[in-house]
Amino acid sequence: MARLTPTTAPWRVLVLAVAALYFLVPLAASVVFTVDVPGQGFTLDAYARILDTEGFLPSLLLSLELAAATVAVVLLLMVPATVALRLSAPKLRPVVEVVCSLPLVVPPIAFVASIGTVLKWGPEHLSRTPLFQTFVAVQNPGFPVVLVLAYAVMALPFAYRALDAGLRAVDVRTLVEAARSCGASMPYALLRAVLPNLRGALLNASFLTLALVLGEFTTAQLLGFRPFAVWIVNISGSQAQMSVAVSVMSLLVTWLLLLLLAGFGGRRTPSTTTDRK
Amino acid sequence: MTPAMTLTAPEKTAATAAATVELRSLRRSFGATTALDGLDLTVRPGELLALLGPSGCGKTTALRMLAGFETPDSGEILVDGKDITGVPAHRRDAGMVFQSYSLFPHLDAVDNVAFGLRMRKVRTAERRARAAELLDLVGLADKGGRFPHQLSGGQQQRVALARALALRPRVLLLDEPLSALDAKVRLTLREEIRRLQQELGITTLFITHDQEEALSMADRVAVMRAGRLEQIATPAELYARPATAFVAEFVGTMSRIPGRLRPAGASGTSGAASVEVLGRRLLVDGTPPEAAGTADAEVDVLVRPESVQVAADDAGPARVLATSFLGATVRLTVALPDGTRVKADLPAHEAAALTAGAAVRLSLPDRPVLVAPRTA
Repeated sequence: MARLTPTTAPWRVLVLAVAALYFLVPLAASVVFTVDVPGQGFTLDAYARILDTEGFLPSLLLSLELAAATVAVVLLLMVPATVALRLSAPKLRPVVEVVCSLPLVVPPIAFVASIGTVLKWGPEHLSRTPLFQTFVAVQNPGFPVVLVLAYAVMALPFAYRALDAGLRAVDVRTLVEAARSCGASMPYALLRAVLPNLRGALLNASFLTLALVLGEFTTAQLLGFRPFAVWIVNISGSQAQMSVAVSVMSLLVTWLLLLLLAGFGGRRTPSTTTDRK
Repeated sequence: MTPAMTLTAPEKTAATAAATVELRSLRRSFGATTALDGLDLTVRPGELLALLGPSGCGKTTALRMLAGFETPDSGEILVDGKDITGVPAHRRDAGMVFQSYSLFPHLDAVDNVAFGLRMRKVRTAERRARAAELLDLVGLADKGGRFPHQLSGGQQQRVALARALALRPRVLLLDEPLSALDAKVRLTLREEIRRLQQELGITTLFITHDQEEALSMADRVAVMRAGRLEQIATPAELYARPATAFVAEFVGTMSRIPGRLRPAGASGTSGAASVEVLGRRLLVDGTPPEAAGTADAEVDVLVRPESVQVAADDAGPARVLATSFLGATVRLTVALPDGTRVKADLPAHEAAALTAGAAVRLSLPDRPVLVAPRTA
C-alpha cells in the first residue's frame, strides 16, 4: 500500500477515506448492533449465546474440514497440471484455461441441480452394485465428499488463474533444467527448484479456495448439508442480534484463517521478506 | 581465506582426468525444421571449444543434447568413448551455465552453489564449505548470503558458473552465458571463464553467436551452419584460412572483389590455379570452387579489410564512400568502378587524407587469396 508521505496527493487520501467508509461503516454498524441492545446497554450476550446454540461447533468444524480437503484436492490437481502445461504442452494452455473457466459460466443453480439429479439417479440404477455404497459414502452428512468435489470444481477458475500468474513469473523450464544439470531427478527438480518459487501462487490459490468454501451456501443448502454458512442462515430468522453476531464472527474467523495461512506461508521465504531494492 | 587462485586437491585430480566428448552424426528435427543434420564433432580433453554460428544453426540443440535435455533422432554422444545418449540429464556428468539467469530465486548464493551437493546428500557443513570455496573461486566470497535478486547480472552468472562446477563435472557446458550482460562485464567475465577453465583443465563447450567472443576465448572454434559443421580449427587458422566462403564471411569481416579464375595448367600459369583481380594475377589459396571449374569463370575474391591496400591516386578508379574511425585504424568503405563495395582498414595516420569522395587505387598484397563462386 502506498505510504502516506507528505507528498501523497490529496485525491489518494480521499479515495482511501471513501473506500474505508464503504467497507468499515457496515462492519462497525453490525458490531454496534450486536453489542448495544436497546434497554440493556453494552453487552456481549449475543456472542456468548453463539457458543450455546445447537450446531455451532459441528458446522464450523465441518466447514473447516471441507475447506482443508478442497484446498488439498485443488492444489494436488492443479499444480501438477499447470506445471506440466508449462513444461511439455504449452499448446494446450488455452484449452485448459477455457475448461477451468467453465464453472464461472455455468450458473451455480444449474450445477447443483445436476449434481442433485446424479445423486438421485445413481442409487436407483446402481442399487445392486458396489457403487451404491459409494453413492451413500460421498453423501455422508458427517463429511460430504460430494461437497468437496463440487467445491473443487467451483474453485478451478480461481486456482488456475492464481497458479498461472505465479508460473508466469518463474522460468520453469530453465529452473528445471538447471536443477537437472545439478543432478536432481525430475520429481526432485520440481519439488526443490520449482515449488518453493510458487509459494506465493500456492498461497493465493489456497486463499481463494478457502474463502470460497467458507462462504459457499447454495450448493450445501440445496444438497441438504449443514456447513457454517448454511447454519448461519438457518438460525438468523429467529434471533436478530445473534445472527449478526455470527456473521461478524464468521468474518473474523475467515480473516484469522487467512492471516494464519499467510503467516505460515510467509515464513522461510527470504526472497519476499528481505529488503527488495 | 585462501586466495582465489588456489585449488583443492580433488579439483586437480579432476583436471588430470579431463574428458573427451564425441558427437557422432547427430540428427534432430523439430517438425519441418532440421536443427541438426548429421553433426560430427570431437572435443579434446581439457580444451575450450566454441560452437559458433548464426541463430538457428543448431548449436544450442547440440549443447542441449550433450546436457541431456534433448534426444537425438539418430546418432550418438560419447564421453570418453562411452555412449551416454540414453543417460538422463541428471546422471550425466555435465555442469551447465544458461543464457538466461537460472539461479534458484528462493536460495541464496551459497545454497544455489550447494544445490547439487544437496542432491548428492553431502553433509550440510561440508557442502557449505565447498560452496564457499567455489564462490571464492569466482570472486564472490563475500556475497554468499545474497539472494539472486540482490546480485547483478554478472554476479548471477558467476554464481551459476560456481554452481555448475560444484559437482566437479567432467564437461562444462556454457550456453551463451554472456549474452545477457553489458559489454564491459562481458569482457571481464570472458577472461574469468577462460582463466577458470584453464586452471581446472575441464573440457568445455561454449556456445556463442559472437565471433569475437569465440575467437578470443576458445582453443578451437567450430563453425556451424544449418545443422552441420562447417569448419573446426584454431581461432588463428579459422581467421586466416577459412575453409568455406560461409566461414570466411561469418568470422571477421570479408569483402568480395570480382575476379576471373584461371584454372590450373592454363597458359601463362605455373601449375596452380590463379585469379585475376584488380589488374594483377594472384594464386588461389586452397582448391578453387568446383562450380567455377571452367576457364575464365567469374568468381569473387574474398579479402580481409586489413589486407586491402589503399593509396590516394587522383587518377584512381575507386572512390572512398565513407570512413569510420576505430581508434588505431580507420575503416574505409571504397566503391570500385563497377559499384562493388570493399572495406579496408588503414592505420589512422595514413587515412588522414582520405575523406569521403577521394579518388583512390586499391591493391592486394602478393599472397594467395580465397576465392568463392560469384554471388548474384
